[in-house]
Amino acid sequence: MRHKSLDEFGLPVALAEPHAPVVLFDKVNLAFDEKVILRDVTFSVRAGHTKIFLGASGAGKSTILKLLLGLLKPDSGTIRVLGHRVDQMSEQQLMGVRHHMGMVFQEGALFDSFTVGENVGYKLYEETTLPLPEVRRRVEEVLGFVGLKEHIDKQPSELSGGQRRRVAIARAMAAKPTLLLYDEPTTGLDPITSLTIDAEIVKLRDLEGVTSVIVTHQLRDAFYVATHAASRDAAGELEISRAAQAKVDEADFVMLKDGTIHFEGSADELRASSDHYMQTFLS
Amino acid sequence: MTATRQTWLIEWLKKALLEVQEYMKLCAAAITGSVSRPFYARDVMEQIDVIGLGSLTVVILTGFFTGAVLALQSGMTLDQFGARPFVGRLISASMIKELGPVLTALMLAGRVGSGIAAELGSMMVTEQISALRALGTDPIRKLVVPRVLAGFIMCPILTVVANAVGLTGGWLIALTQLRVPSGVYWSSVVEGLYIQDVWMGIIKPFFLGFVIVTIGCHVGLRTSGGTQGVGRSTTNAVVAASVVVLIVDFFVTRLLISIFF
Repeated sequence: MRHKSLDEFGLPVALAEPHAPVVLFDKVNLAFDEKVILRDVTFSVRAGHTKIFLGASGAGKSTILKLLLGLLKPDSGTIRVLGHRVDQMSEQQLMGVRHHMGMVFQEGALFDSFTVGENVGYKLYEETTLPLPEVRRRVEEVLGFVGLKEHIDKQPSELSGGQRRRVAIARAMAAKPTLLLYDEPTTGLDPITSLTIDAEIVKLRDLEGVTSVIVTHQLRDAFYVATHAASRDAAGELEISRAAQAKVDEADFVMLKDGTIHFEGSADELRASSDHYMQTFLS
Repeated sequence: MTATRQTWLIEWLKKALLEVQEYMKLCAAAITGSVSRPFYARDVMEQIDVIGLGSLTVVILTGFFTGAVLALQSGMTLDQFGARPFVGRLISASMIKELGPVLTALMLAGRVGSGIAAELGSMMVTEQISALRALGTDPIRKLVVPRVLAGFIMCPILTVVANAVGLTGGWLIALTQLRVPSGVYWSSVVEGLYIQDVWMGIIKPFFLGFVIVTIGCHVGLRTSGGTQGVGRSTTNAVVAASVVVLIVDFFVTRLLISIFF
């Protein structure tokens, strides 16, 4: 049953404090039984910027995204998203914050009993009072954005891996989120398909003004997103080109190692790092 | 008792208590979700179709052959006392008070409990449940509440169907094999029933429907370990629901007897 309009859904989208970061992690700790997952993790993400988490499998990268969404609670520390303390919120309150967030899961996590269109329009259809023709229009719009408009009535099982990821991106952006989280968006995809996903991330960030948090261990994709920018020319044609230095500086890399932050800095600083672990990872 | 065995026992008890606690929390959330917004009415209707109408064939077949075999067996026993015309009384008492509710519930445990555990389990291991939460939907309200309501509503209705079909199966055997006239059979069916028996036969399936579906949901939502985990959950849901159906049946029967008689 649809019960709220898009505007009245959830908490105010404006940040609680002016110029406050969209995401703030402050000394966050998390352990499952004896196993430490995150230890004293502190970072922030500013509006419109990109934060890219790198690290080996099991380093705690995906856990950070789950903590941001409130799917997990930290043992200690503070997590603020859009100015709200998500680490202290109830599930009901979190639904409000989640309305302003989108998440692209590792394997897409599309609802396999729904069509592509139903997947993309799920949030608008189920959780808002948006009229059905409006929902359909928005679904077609976002599917057009990721180049899959003609697949609207197909089942997810009929799509390729790359197409499913793009549908997952379309679903995450359908309700116009302020913050998008990507969990290994290109893992398991061929280099050409990965580039199309990278381009979608860049387009969303630069054309829709979405703040991005990306978890990946695909260095090529991480650098592509950090060093490219999307724009439209005078004729309205989309163009993706190398970004100016100021734009490149808006993308931060964080290297996680055994649940702690091993490195934090720009793409240039990452490349220039002489740390042995970093060198091994980059080679 | 060795220290290792003691530790194992404590761990087992802790796990069992955790399961019970989580199950109780799910039941409480499902009940709260049934009486508060948001309420997904369309999903409730869908589940009534899947759980209720989808189970009709298996329930009809079970009810019919149970009534028929009861007539065959009781006919032979009653013959020893020259009481063959009372076969209807025996079938109605057995079917409506006990066999109808319990066999319907066991069929539902096999069909519905396993289906729910497999469906929700698959959604868990493919992160679809996390995706639902990320999209701002409470999985309890969206997935559990509609199934619980459908089970709660449809189990008594299916039981009534099983009872009716069972009595019909008994009638066919009484008429064709035992040579008991229809009038004698049906008047015996009515005479053998008290209104308390009918109430008991209708009230019990509400409890049984609730436990079958909540166990299926609980086991499904705690699935981990990929496709193997889904298979494990499906088996666990059927076994747990079947055993709990018999346990709940005993306690509810005991309670209703103390109320009605």
